[in-house]
Amino acid sequence: MQSESKRSLANGAAGVAQPLPCREKLFWMYERLTLIREFEERLKWLVETGVPVGAVHYYTGQEACAVGVCAALEPSDWIASTHRGHGHCIAKGVEVHRMMAELYGKRTGSNRAKGGSMHITDVRVGMLGVNPIVGMGVTHAVGAALSAKVRKTSQVAAAFFGEGGASIGAVHEGMNLAAIWKLPVIFVCENNGYAQATPVEYAVSVPRIADRAAAYSMPGVTVDGQDAVAVWEAAAVARERARRGDGPSLIECLTYRYYGHHQGDDTLRYRTRKEEDAARERDCIRRFRKQMLDQQLLTAAELDAIESANRKRIDEAVAFAESSPLPQPGDLFTDVYVPSRDRGRQ
Amino acid sequence: MTTTAVRELSFGQAINEAIRQEMRRDPNIIVMGEDVAGAAGRAHLGFVDAWGGPLRATRGLITEFGPERILDTPIAEMGFLGAGVGAAMSGLRPIVEIMFVDLIGCCYDQIMNQAAKMHYMMGGQVDLPLVIRTAYGTRGGDNRTYGGGAGAQHSQTLYAVLAHIPGLKVVVPSTAYNAKGLTISAIRDNGPVIMLEHKFLGLKAKGPVPEEAYTVPIGRAEIVRRGRDVTLCGIGRMTHICSEAAESLSGEGIDAEVVDVLTLSPLDEDTILESVSRTRRLVVVDEDTPVCSVARDIAARVAEKGFDNLDAPIKTVTAPDTPVPFSAVLEAHYTPGPAQVISAVHELFGTGA
Repeated sequence: MQSESKRSLANGAAGVAQPLPCREKLFWMYERLTLIREFEERLKWLVETGVPVGAVHYYTGQEACAVGVCAALEPSDWIASTHRGHGHCIAKGVEVHRMMAELYGKRTGSNRAKGGSMHITDVRVGMLGVNPIVGMGVTHAVGAALSAKVRKTSQVAAAFFGEGGASIGAVHEGMNLAAIWKLPVIFVCENNGYAQATPVEYAVSVPRIADRAAAYSMPGVTVDGQDAVAVWEAAAVARERARRGDGPSLIECLTYRYYGHHQGDDTLRYRTRKEEDAARERDCIRRFRKQMLDQQLLTAAELDAIESANRKRIDEAVAFAESSPLPQPGDLFTDVYVPSRDRGRQ
Repeated sequence: MTTTAVRELSFGQAINEAIRQEMRRDPNIIVMGEDVAGAAGRAHLGFVDAWGGPLRATRGLITEFGPERILDTPIAEMGFLGAGVGAAMSGLRPIVEIMFVDLIGCCYDQIMNQAAKMHYMMGGQVDLPLVIRTAYGTRGGDNRTYGGGAGAQHSQTLYAVLAHIPGLKVVVPSTAYNAKGLTISAIRDNGPVIMLEHKFLGLKAKGPVPEEAYTVPIGRAEIVRRGRDVTLCGIGRMTHICSEAAESLSGEGIDAEVVDVLTLSPLDEDTILESVSRTRRLVVVDEDTPVCSVARDIAARVAEKGFDNLDAPIKTVTAPDTPVPFSAVLEAHYTPGPAQVISAVHELFGTGA
């Protein structure tokens, strides 16, 4: 990714005017927002037509969180993800055909059919793993940030977690470590309102999860998680702080998942249709598109071209997954232990 | 390599030297844990290196490598072991100390679900060069040992719940010599290795250690005493108990072989099976509790693969299926000693009291 224009970063840091990423980045953001949406909608269709892709947690509705944060990161930066991780993967640059092949359980998958939806990883693009043990990925991002600090690189790590994960000890231990060691971490809480069927107002002790930042002497902000530009702005400020060596930040993104916790979950057993309809009114893609057109940043033709190109990419991803070879029984026994290498000398 | 000096070192000193030599060689090695140095941030008052870990195995490292690489942590096993996992995925080679194995309950997910499985479930794309060091064990019958009597939550062995996990290597050194070599092997391994260090080896583990860096291979057991009549298989401190029993048995004409298992996972079946094929009798001695234990796993493997070579049923000598008691009297009963090993051997030969 390209770095932001000086104007927008300066504005973001000073908190004045409406900062914006450069045009090229806006283009990229719309491309990623719609690619995630297309991936998840196609996946949902595949699930409903009986394709056995294993357990999946759709990211649909939350796209602006992953895209806004990753728009503020550099390619060499790291992210660690949650069980609801497809969006984070795509935003950080994991190839969709390898993701789709993984979901199909094919040898060509991102994890060679050993991971599935809840473990998609691509360390080449800084994606340290989808992680379905809630909160654990946060500690891994903290470790990656420690690695950056010890090795004296300028890398930053973003740790995604949900408002459900905000209650687990790992997240708090990770925040405390990052704070005392001033590690370059951006904690990103995607507050979609529900941990499975448990609402945030029941399970979380504070009105805003960002309030908890105070306990770790770090800045905490709550942003509209349906506004990709607002998320980008907060993440850009947090990244700059991290890179300066000033330590971590917490960003709470208010968002909403359109579908159930997983593919089989009926949301109307714990939330109302009225609430769901209202959330869809705040759709992050429609909002971004309108913003681009209203401010004449991108044209309708450009945006349409992105969408149709993405449809084609997902068509190709599905075709790649379907035509890829299945694993062989012998693959069961590969990669249990990390191979040793001759390290050359004692 | 030129010949270098061989000195007598304690168990902790040997581990310390291994870590120190490896850290000099590789700037990506860091040490993390509770009071691995001690007095963090108090250098301005003249306090550094107040503690050095429970076995003092990391004492002095901070004065050579500084607080950037010797990291005292808050009491947050799940957090700092997770940070170790993340750091291992992203370019460092962390050595993380969990003060006592009893504390793995606080961070078991990071071991079981994270570190051990990353390489496999990510399709082999990540290395995970992580060493976890942890202290285990009761004081046994030695009432003079300072620090015993720690009760049920600070005296356990628990390596069975680690050896059970695929993808994790589990090593249990017994002497200063193999502790240094296994520590270096663990550090150089590209995957997660957990090393369990007995708290009360004391003088038994002290011994000659070459100054130079060397490795003791992970995954290989060692025959520490040759014998014809029975194989005594020991783990960690129990290897010394086996040797004491063997010494005593030789006085009554029974010639026992002693195998130090050293690595619990992956287990060196070949060495154990080969030994049993010669001695035709096996006693496995394990300080851990018996249910689903390494002792019974070894017994089962030998029963499956070496049954035809056995002249007698396999015996296991383990701690009882109870928590570790507090009282020194009970703790001495709890921990296997030479007498129980000798008694098991007598049963095999149909002799004794």
